[in-house]
Amino acid sequence: MHRTRVKVVEDALDANNTIAAANRADFDRAGVRVVNFMSAPGAGKTALLERVVADLPGVRVGVLEGDVQGSMDADRLAGLHVPVTQLNTDPSFGGECHLDANMVRSAVPSLALDEIDLLVIENVGNLVCPAEFKVGEDARVMVCAITEGEDKPLKYPLMFRTCELVLVNKIDLLEHLEFDLDRLLYNIDQVHPNVERLLVSARSGVGIEAWREWLLRIAAREEVGV
Amino acid sequence: MHELSLSGAIVNTVVKHAEGRRVTSVNLRVGRLRQVIPETLEFYFAFVARDTVCDGAWLEQEVIEPRLRCNACEIEWPIEIPAFRCPVCGGAEVVVTAGNEFEVESIDVEEAQCIARG
Repeated sequence: MHRTRVKVVEDALDANNTIAAANRADFDRAGVRVVNFMSAPGAGKTALLERVVADLPGVRVGVLEGDVQGSMDADRLAGLHVPVTQLNTDPSFGGECHLDANMVRSAVPSLALDEIDLLVIENVGNLVCPAEFKVGEDARVMVCAITEGEDKPLKYPLMFRTCELVLVNKIDLLEHLEFDLDRLLYNIDQVHPNVERLLVSARSGVGIEAWREWLLRIAAREEVGV
Repeated sequence: MHELSLSGAIVNTVVKHAEGRRVTSVNLRVGRLRQVIPETLEFYFAFVARDTVCDGAWLEQEVIEPRLRCNACEIEWPIEIPAFRCPVCGGAEVVVTAGNEFEVESIDVEEAQCIARG
């Protein structure tokens, strides 16, 4: 036996990116725009979806729910009479903390793409791994709740840098917390200059109209290719 | 757990290029912006590599320091904290020129001898 060096020079995530491009092509063919919706656990993703998915005039929404286990979030959204598909990640070793392109690919046949215009993929609650794995989305949105602290953009820059909208949620709690909102907004801007952000509260309804309008704009966006 | 997911991606890439040959070393280029802890990646890589051609392979990691470039000012600088505005003009026309890498650069594999012993 002797040893040989084999030149590779390949992004280790190329395989995922290739599958993500195939997903994106399927979504484009069906005329469906796709949002990859991410946050830490408990930041309010499902609550922010409950506020808007049944009330987007002229846009038929579907939701793909990614969770490690269970269908609690899917059950909540199904009550709003929008098509919801549950994707549990636990049978797949090494993929339990995020959705990757292959997991989403496995769900594509059950998505009824011809019956929707906008697909929201609610990723597994996690600020780290989901940022690494494209799933075939047109846009990425993240939720950052003010209860998480001002420093999160500095601790999880990749997540903040890859999203085109940051929803700053639980803003109704501002008066009850010793929270420096200007510091959070400054940190977001340092990590992702000029990123669009909305101050919202799923509980009080503050900012929900702007969140709805943002989704309507995405749904109307022309496909830009992979 | 970030490193666990990434280890799976590395092993899949290597297995594809190894074409069945046993891998003794994987040479990886990792940008610091990927927030990978080398020791943690090494630990999970060894775990995920079991029962593949990468079993027991050494993971060599070249860490790439992040650098940014401002397109308006045409300057380039290294960063140590995640601040992505230009320090000169304060602008946002900033691109990452280094530090985002997560690339399998090469692998070392064992080949059977081509020439039979006479």
